[in-house]
Amino acid sequence: MSPAAPHGRVIALHLAVVALLFAGEFVLPAYHHGVMARIMVLAVFAMGYNLLFGYTGLLSLGHAMFFAAGMYGAGLTAYHLGWSVAAAFPAGIVAGAAVSAGIALLALRTTGVAFMIVTMMFAQVGYLLTLYFGNWTRGEEGLTLAPAARLLGPFDFTDPATRYFAALALFAVVLFLTLAVVRAPFGRVLVAIRENEERTRMLGYDTFANKLAATVLSGTICASAGAAYALLFGYFGSTFATVAYSILPLLWVLVGGAATTLGPFLGTLAMYYLIDISNDVLNRHFPDWDMSYLGTVGVALVLLVLFFPKGLLGTLRQRWVVWLP
Amino acid sequence: MAAMTPVSREPLLSVRGLSRHFGGLKAVDGVDFDVPAGQVRAIIGPNGAGKTTFVGMICGRIPPSAGTIRFDGADITDMPAHRRVLAGIAYTFQITSVFANLSVRDNVALAVQRRHVGGKGGRLSPRAFAAEIGAALARVGLADRAGETAGNLAYGHQRLLEVAMGLALSPRLLILDEPTQGLSDAEIDGFIGLVREIAGETTVLLIEHNMPVVMALAERITVMDQGRVIAEGTPAEVRGNRTVQAAYLGAPVDA
Ligand SMILES: Nc1ncnc2c1ncn2[C@@H]1O[C@H](COP(=O)(O)OP(=O)(O)O)[C@@H](O)[C@H]1O
Ligand SMILES: [Mg+2]
Repeated sequence: MSPAAPHGRVIALHLAVVALLFAGEFVLPAYHHGVMARIMVLAVFAMGYNLLFGYTGLLSLGHAMFFAAGMYGAGLTAYHLGWSVAAAFPAGIVAGAAVSAGIALLALRTTGVAFMIVTMMFAQVGYLLTLYFGNWTRGEEGLTLAPAARLLGPFDFTDPATRYFAALALFAVVLFLTLAVVRAPFGRVLVAIRENEERTRMLGYDTFANKLAATVLSGTICASAGAAYALLFGYFGSTFATVAYSILPLLWVLVGGAATTLGPFLGTLAMYYLIDISNDVLNRHFPDWDMSYLGTVGVALVLLVLFFPKGLLGTLRQRWVVWLP
Repeated sequence: MAAMTPVSREPLLSVRGLSRHFGGLKAVDGVDFDVPAGQVRAIIGPNGAGKTTFVGMICGRIPPSAGTIRFDGADITDMPAHRRVLAGIAYTFQITSVFANLSVRDNVALAVQRRHVGGKGGRLSPRAFAAEIGAALARVGLADRAGETAGNLAYGHQRLLEVAMGLALSPRLLILDEPTQGLSDAEIDGFIGLVREIAGETTVLLIEHNMPVVMALAERITVMDQGRVIAEGTPAEVRGNRTVQAAYLGAPVDA
């Protein structure tokens, strides 16, 4: 944040994370390899959410609509119009930018709890629209893209290795974009708005314009995750527009550490495996408990609040590694 | 006398008929007010007189119920607050309002970068940026505390940081709302020196309860009571004004 933060060390740390994920392609067993590709795309979703929630301090409960805007923008154009990946992916991003700009102009007139409710209501409208236009979207059942629709030049996303590298490429771009944004003057203004909006305004900043820019950037990043998800994994459906997909990025960011650049990835990784493993264990040893993954999430949140109140990386930064961005 | 043509320069700040009502309460009630460039003007008056509301309208935090505000020859009555800051009006809060969770350096950085990113100052190299932050902190004597978290500073130091942020905006009109509230005597002496220094470069509007500070700094004093201006003049004039003594001071000021 401050000019005194060690620039080299920060860049090195982020490069190391990307390098580690790159190495994952060669060392991870098939199952975890597939899971990791998914986690990287979902971490992009979380990073986009973090920009608005963690850095700007705006708690949205409607980010599923931005993820879904990207997903349907890419998926529907690929499925119905036969657009190639090279056209469908940008279509998803443009859809996300347009939706987030429109929603931001309306929702940013409110603050606090009202903002949460307004974003949630809009997302609910988005979800209902995906059902209403079931002729094109097939609603909850969703649509599966033909293998031919998942080709980008020589790259075939039905191939796990290609898919993994594509996910990693998007992840790396968004990670370094986030890093650049939060270390730029713009990022400092977003944090200032989170800390004290009135003071920020009286320092001469148009706080509405800055919040608008943050929302559009956040929504567009989330849309890129949605578009990538549809094209890489070849499936898109209304489930991804439900309120659960608005809560999940919030959860991932809280677990990993709000307003940390690497927290969203760590949180996504931790929660994905926690739910995965605990479901396994519970089903094996207590088959008659019939516990949903929400139980695991609840326990994880209680432990988090007790031991890592600022999330894994947030608490790490507070106690030991102050230079973490 | 008649031989000299009066130099008719418009004041830097010119307010006409400015009012602000909260429900039935006339917090500010039809105030006319002019400040020429370069002056240090004090506004005094009892608690609740409407001073904070009045300057709040000048800097754009509070929309007026009626009246006009002109700054540097332009009508700014409807200008949003953030644009007034760019036009040169800086406000330091009566209730200390620094970014408590950010470092002292980042607090000032936010003020400095406002002039340079999308402002008039042009882009700065990181080195020049850091130098400007250091200079603003040095002026208020906080240079060695740049790395501390602002919320951990002593109260008096937070007030000084607030002033440093105002200064870092290089304002043409600096509004200080009770800046010495809660400062120690030594800190007040330092503050008087600082304002004397600032006064050379910018116009200062000082709301202040501490009369020795007012008498030491103000070239002219405006006295407010119940939303109205009840007197205006040099320190000596105000000191001798019976209405002021009755309404506010209760006893002669030089006591
Ligand atoms: N936002 C507000 N809503 C209602 N009344 C207010 C508000 N702000 C100030 N007032 C009232 O207006 C009057 C002037 O307040 P203020 O401008 O803070 O006076 P001063 O700064 O001279 O002490 C007081 O009676 C105060 O209670
Ligand atoms: Mg006041």
